[in-house]
Amino acid sequence: MHNTVFEKLKSDDPDIRKSKILEALESEDLSVSFDDALENEMVLNMGPQHPATHGVLRLLVSLDGETIKKVVPDLGYLHRGYEKLAEATSFHEYIPHTDRLDYLQPIANNVAYTMAVEKLIKLEIPERGKYIRTICSELGRIQSHLIAFGTMVMDIGALTPFLWAMREREKILDIYDIMTGVRFTTSYTRIGGVAQDIPDAAIAGIKKFIDEFPKYLREMRDIVERNKIFIVRTEGIGIISKEDAIDYGITGPILRATGVPRDLRKDEPYLIYDKLDFDIAVLEDGDSLSRYYIRIEEMIQSVRILHQCLDKLPKGPYNSGNPKKVLPKKERVYTKMEELIHDFMLINFGVNPPVGESYSAVESSKGELGFYIKSDGRGNPFRLKIHSPSFCNLQILPVLMKDCMISDVVVIIGSVDPVMGEADK
Amino acid sequence: MNQERIDLIKLKLTDFNIVFTDITGTPAINANPKYIINICKILKTDPDISFEMLLDEMGVDNFKKGIRFEVVCSLYSLKFKDRIFIKVLLDDKNPEMPSLTILWKGADWYEREAYDMFGIKFTGHPDLRRIYMPEDYEHFPMRKDFPLLGIPDSIQLPNK
Repeated sequence: MHNTVFEKLKSDDPDIRKSKILEALESEDLSVSFDDALENEMVLNMGPQHPATHGVLRLLVSLDGETIKKVVPDLGYLHRGYEKLAEATSFHEYIPHTDRLDYLQPIANNVAYTMAVEKLIKLEIPERGKYIRTICSELGRIQSHLIAFGTMVMDIGALTPFLWAMREREKILDIYDIMTGVRFTTSYTRIGGVAQDIPDAAIAGIKKFIDEFPKYLREMRDIVERNKIFIVRTEGIGIISKEDAIDYGITGPILRATGVPRDLRKDEPYLIYDKLDFDIAVLEDGDSLSRYYIRIEEMIQSVRILHQCLDKLPKGPYNSGNPKKVLPKKERVYTKMEELIHDFMLINFGVNPPVGESYSAVESSKGELGFYIKSDGRGNPFRLKIHSPSFCNLQILPVLMKDCMISDVVVIIGSVDPVMGEADK
Repeated sequence: MNQERIDLIKLKLTDFNIVFTDITGTPAINANPKYIINICKILKTDPDISFEMLLDEMGVDNFKKGIRFEVVCSLYSLKFKDRIFIKVLLDDKNPEMPSLTILWKGADWYEREAYDMFGIKFTGHPDLRRIYMPEDYEHFPMRKDFPLLGIPDSIQLPNK
């Protein structure tokens, strides 16, 4: 019996062989054996609920033995329809929703969104507001890169740096607590400025943090970068060439790791970046290790930027004075007639931008985060499109993972650093 | 972008009957879907223009008769560090445009998203599947005639 089934399985056509195996399995014939299991390709389903995919990313991996032949990412498990929701909310109401896009740096998303609205309604914000927003963006960058650093080394097996990174991140969240009143989903910016002035306690907190942070970062780097396992698992793994990266429209640390010095903070300076002195980290190799080094270098540069911002922070108003566009302070709404009227008009009818479109992009920690807003003159956007860097960057996973080993999958995802809240919108 | 560069682009694209507009300071081109491949090829490959990167393709539903849909392509030049938008105007009956995947590999997912959300067909796309919604979903959620609360019973749920 055994011999006859085995003879049948020797057919060269894989389809016939497969159907014979299925036949044998259906008749519960357990005597069937395979001559070479590794010759058969296998499809592995990874995710959406998997601790190493950084959210609800699903990958279908086609394997030959342990080598990856093909990868198909599957998105949409966190699709909440935020673009549709924007069409039913006013410009102010949408700010808390931007927290939930890239939930590792909510405060930088607030800045990006309000900048797009201000570009549409042609509202200039005062200098102090710009400085506060720059501080927010850079704190967000450190906050996000710490998670990227921690989870990437955790995927390789080093748990200690992850906990250290979380400890540092916790300090940033404490600063947000003083600054915005919330630790996580900040919703700090408003159209025309920020919700409230930055308190002295928060400035002291940031000063203390940026004084200590380089030392702690050095500690974290010391136990990672001289570790042979880390280097072997990342060097030359997950390579993308410069040409491919440009062709796929990749932005952020992944593009800079291939040798393209594109950073919107230098190329299209927004806020006060043209007045600051900082460098762009660029490396040539395009592998996981260079992406890691880019993020480390960006954290160091962010500390430099924060030092300059705090030194130069000017006095003055933090909000644009235009009462038709900027929400008044709550205590004034309850006591002053003028403010009550403006508050009523802004809440009920919105900022009513002119008919037209605007596109505004910032350099978020993952790449170009852009908001395209089309307005028909009413208080809510006619169309709002989020150009999210995670969505574009995930597209190169098949290129990065081609011919790698199955154990490299989690490391490569860690080095790409996707956030599914942003990719799925 | 300075005026010289805009004039140069105008000169190179004279054959294609384009209209120059503006999106808050960034130049934009209104283009016919017939010529979009030719226009993009010139914009991408001409060394004096050189828009190497396609950053996004954004669908827009204007909700009116005639030219109802738009696809706004966002292009970036690494050489000159500026950007341009191309608005492809599409018909309401049969929203269809040639796929840009033959010029940029990255157009793949952007076009799948525009198809998923607006039902815009991209001819020549290698793999035009839905990207966010379930594969057997019949509606296009970002169209203006799709209600915000969704259509009841459009997704089969277990009945227990």
